[in-house]
Amino acid sequence: MDNLTRGTLLKKGAEASLYLAEWHGRRAVIKMRLPKTYRPTQLDQQIRRQRTVREPQLMHEAKLAGVSTPLIYLVDVANAVIVMEYLDGKQVKQVLDNLPPEERRDLCVVIGGLIGKLHVHGVVHGDLTTSNMILASNGKVSLVDFGLGEKNTELEAQGVDLHLLKRALQSTHFQNANACFTAVLEGYRQVLGSEGTERVLEKIREIERRGRYIADRQQP
Amino acid sequence: MASKTPREGYCLGIESTADDFGVGIAAFNGEILANAVSGYVPEQGGIHPREAARHHAEVADQVLAEAFAKAQLKPKDLSVIAFSQGPGLGPSLRTGATVARALASYLNLPLVGVNHSVGHIEIGKLQTGAKDPLTLYVSGGNTMVTAFAAERYRVFGETLDIALGNCLDVFAREAGLKQRKGLPLGAAVEKLALEGKTLVALPYVVKGMDLSLSGLLTSATAALQKGTNRLEDVCFSLQENAFSMVTEVTERALAHTEKREVLLTGGVAANRRLQAMLSVIAREHDAEFKVVPKQYASDNGAMIAWTGVLAFTHGLRTPVEESVVRVRWRVDKVEVPWIT
Repeated sequence: MDNLTRGTLLKKGAEASLYLAEWHGRRAVIKMRLPKTYRPTQLDQQIRRQRTVREPQLMHEAKLAGVSTPLIYLVDVANAVIVMEYLDGKQVKQVLDNLPPEERRDLCVVIGGLIGKLHVHGVVHGDLTTSNMILASNGKVSLVDFGLGEKNTELEAQGVDLHLLKRALQSTHFQNANACFTAVLEGYRQVLGSEGTERVLEKIREIERRGRYIADRQQP
Repeated sequence: MASKTPREGYCLGIESTADDFGVGIAAFNGEILANAVSGYVPEQGGIHPREAARHHAEVADQVLAEAFAKAQLKPKDLSVIAFSQGPGLGPSLRTGATVARALASYLNLPLVGVNHSVGHIEIGKLQTGAKDPLTLYVSGGNTMVTAFAAERYRVFGETLDIALGNCLDVFAREAGLKQRKGLPLGAAVEKLALEGKTLVALPYVVKGMDLSLSGLLTSATAALQKGTNRLEDVCFSLQENAFSMVTEVTERALAHTEKREVLLTGGVAANRRLQAMLSVIAREHDAEFKVVPKQYASDNGAMIAWTGVLAFTHGLRTPVEESVVRVRWRVDKVEVPWIT
């Protein structure tokens, strides 16, 4: 990893630590998946390796689908390190609840469109939370953190993907969760059309029935 | 938690969500005076809901008598009756609810329906002194990562299919292990896993802060039936994969919520390997790790009695006409006015 200076710690997440760095004169982010001592070394290496390989591949696929993701500068599989472009902007998580309702709705429609593009292209993100969406000052939204994603065209995977976003909205943006998810679906519908969206929605309902998600049914 | 504050009143709590029928008595100051339980042990296979309900109806009077004797109280000393209103198996829940309604109307006492999952969290907080924890609640019927935020316990992560305890139990039965009184199937898997050395490749499925265990169960069972893997190794691998998955989602939720305490509760909380994994992530995020004591880990009446105290003393009541059981009552729908 020459021409690389590891700078300040941007974020110590659960899965990886992000450092601000300089790479050939560009501002970059170093994403290091550090070993997790709670799990066996063999399992840990396998998981970190798999995610380090998969993440840049899926970011590339996302670009092909028309979804903005950071440029990849370097991948070091042996050390589970990825060096990528630094995106100027804010996490959607930080801004969503403070936006005026109209802007919030518009942002969610944009997000829904991005998810639609991914799904049409056969990519599921695997960790759709508002922390993994970066809003630039010009209004452009980029998606990051594809480590849990996969190439998958199945309705099941797409349903789980959207279900996770719905849940993330409910736990983190509980005041606006329903309106936001409705707007997300509107953007999604613009890409997939009504029929495709209905199929995914039906799948989400199935997933909810399968788990412990549905609202209480009163029983005699 | 012995306390010098006056007891003020007593709540009797009835737990009958699944295979255990439990009666606990809690004083309003947090002393647990009784925690009697009778478990239904199926002759074969898993819980048959009708048979479990029949067991509960048969043992109810003995377990109640045992609780009163242990607490050295009489029915007239009580102030309120609490019962587990859900989530759980309908027939089991209805048996407990029937006993609770009968007691409340006979003794002319108020009734309060308690959410079973909230009960597991609250007894964990009471017994460990945790104030505002991120809670991993793992049992035969539930697997969730939850924390208090804006008037509710919010669910940050949970299983997309089967519960962790269910995964371990079904595997154990597939492996021919037998459940005995005082030795749950999960404990049998834990014991065998200690003799495991080789990690068998099994699926590891984390999706955001959620996880999926059904594929892991299928693969672990297949790995055993293939005949080339030792049972000990498969138990070891199953535990390592499943526990790593729940630990990973707990760590994600911990980084997200920035809580300062991690509480492990529910039946699977008794597993030492799981405790060890969670204590590692708690330490790494400067959080205190707390685990519910063993006698309050699996389903018990004390947790219902104590949560009944919290609900009752904060004005909650459940009139008989609203006391129908709620088999899918999610934790994030429950009013918890005692937390501010």
